Amino acid sequence: MSENPSAAGAIGTCTITLVLNGEHRRLEVQPWTTLLDLLRDPLGLSGTKKGCDHGQCGACTVLLNGRRINSCLTLAVMHDGAELTTIEGLARGAELHPMQAAFVRHDAFQCGYCTPGQICSAVGLASERCGYSREEIREYMSGNLCRCGAYPNILAAIEEALPAVRGQKQEDAR
Amino acid sequence: MTPFSYQRPDSIDQAIALAGADSRYIAGGTNLLDLMKENVLQPRRLIDINGLPLHDIEETAGGGLMIGALVSNADLAWHPQIEQRYPLLAKAILAGASPQLRNMASTGGNLLQRTRCYYFYDTATPCNKREPGSGCPARDGRNRIHAILGASAACVAVHPSDMCVALAALEAQVHVDGPHGQRRIAIEDFHRLPGEHPERDNTLGAGELIVGIELPGEGYASHCAYLKLRDRASYAFALVSVAAALELDGKTIRRARIALGGVAHKPWRIEAAEELLCGKRAEQQCFATAAERLLQGAQPLADNAFKIELARRAIVRALSEAAGGTVR
Ligand SMILES: Cc1cc2nc3c(=O)[nH]c(=O)nc-3n(C[C@H](O)[C@H](O)[C@H](O)COP(=O)(O)OP(=O)(O)OC[C@H]3O[C@@H](n4cnc5c(N)ncnc54)[C@H](O)[C@@H]3O)c2cc1C
Ligand code: FES
Ligand code: FES
Repeated sequence: MSENPSAAGAIGTCTITLVLNGEHRRLEVQPWTTLLDLLRDPLGLSGTKKGCDHGQCGACTVLLNGRRINSCLTLAVMHDGAELTTIEGLARGAELHPMQAAFVRHDAFQCGYCTPGQICSAVGLASERCGYSREEIREYMSGNLCRCGAYPNILAAIEEALPAVRGQKQEDAR
Repeated sequence: MTPFSYQRPDSIDQAIALAGADSRYIAGGTNLLDLMKENVLQPRRLIDINGLPLHDIEETAGGGLMIGALVSNADLAWHPQIEQRYPLLAKAILAGASPQLRNMASTGGNLLQRTRCYYFYDTATPCNKREPGSGCPARDGRNRIHAILGASAACVAVHPSDMCVALAALEAQVHVDGPHGQRRIAIEDFHRLPGEHPERDNTLGAGELIVGIELPGEGYASHCAYLKLRDRASYAFALVSVAAALELDGKTIRRARIALGGVAHKPWRIEAAEELLCGKRAEQQCFATAAERLLQGAQPLADNAFKIELARRAIVRALSEAAGGTVR
């Protein structure tokens, strides 16, 4: 095995396939490209934000096989064959996802930088066995920070939309 | 990140055969990639172990559970058997990190996460854990989050895991496989104190792979508590945490297990402190005596003396909560 990083890089590029927001994609990635960097840079899906790049803020939250994760702390190459949903993939055509609509209704953002992560995270929460009270939503949304402090409206939006999103997921699962 | 090559074996034997001095296994990646981005670690090769058959939770012949190393922290905490029989473990896991991170983080990776000492993370400063022999700026620097027990002249870092604190109280066994075959390590002997070799967090050998964690049959399900104290209510590492587990006969303590997090280089357990509780009535006074014994020899640094009193009170509170019955 080579000691030289650039030579190691030459072994480098890998091909992966992803179902990205419902579309089959074949992609060339370097092993060290994080899922976040793949989305934002070559793919131009800049809805997913880079806040800290260290798992500390949640701005990069996406849904991997339906589960919420931080895309900054995983490598694209590790997810060959996965289904990935980003903020761009939530709406159905011109119709906003119920969680997006609730954020708009409740004015649940100021600068909006944390918003895609908040929304993806809340949609992920809807598939989990928690988040059934205001207190629980606060705890189980604690992985998403908002520097503007829009928490009260974020909480209200999520509280309102969760039952509908849960209902929709149960129906889709049938 | 420094470029590296990537391999994804699909058997344990293949993974072990691939391992070498220039490689690292990657599971969830939540700690390894963080450290690689900071250049604290620069492996030339990553061996992705997610294709290995280590994703299940199974009952053991001995009445306990065997947890595959790749079970995610979230799946483990929400597993019905864990919730019912080992609520202490579920509570400890859910007190750590965030839902997103728990979806990614694996059981094996959680055991091997590195310290959050600022100097370990900052490659512009010396650190004996990162670069043996370079010195420890934490001892006389910023040390609010550092150890009060079991530290050495070379290192005052603490192990940051919540899950491992519960595993210590539950007396789990770590199953490993490696170039020299399979073995199991009691959780007590898995993590180590820094001594003169702080670069070694644990007793895992070169190339060894964690394959699973075995829980014994006794889960202290009716009387346990995990108390975590930190700088904010959620999504922060412990300043002090306590895993308390009791077996009661009426009001009398038959068996006690107590482990502390955030205070030492490994989950801190003192059997003599637990023995002090045996046969006693479950009351504040004997809890305080046990706390005293657990913290015997505690040595504060300039910024963290508060941890001693915090730990003392946390131990008494966690034991009181456990005695009152597990909160479901
Ligand atoms: C912002 C943030 C906050 C956090 N807060 C907390 C907290 O409050 N409490 C807490 O307990 N944790 C916390 N964590 C840490 C988190 O729990 C760990 O990062 C996680 O458990 C590591 O698991 P992983 O599978 O992602 O490990 P990886 O990053 O994949 O690996 C970690 C190390 O283990 C090795 N490894 C992994 N699996 C194996 C195996 N099976 N055999 C041998 N070696 C292996 C890797 O080579 C690497 O050296 C936090 C992390 C972040 C980023
Ligand atoms: S950018 Fe991923 S958590 Fe902050
Ligand atoms: S709206 Fe600005 S960070 Fe949340």
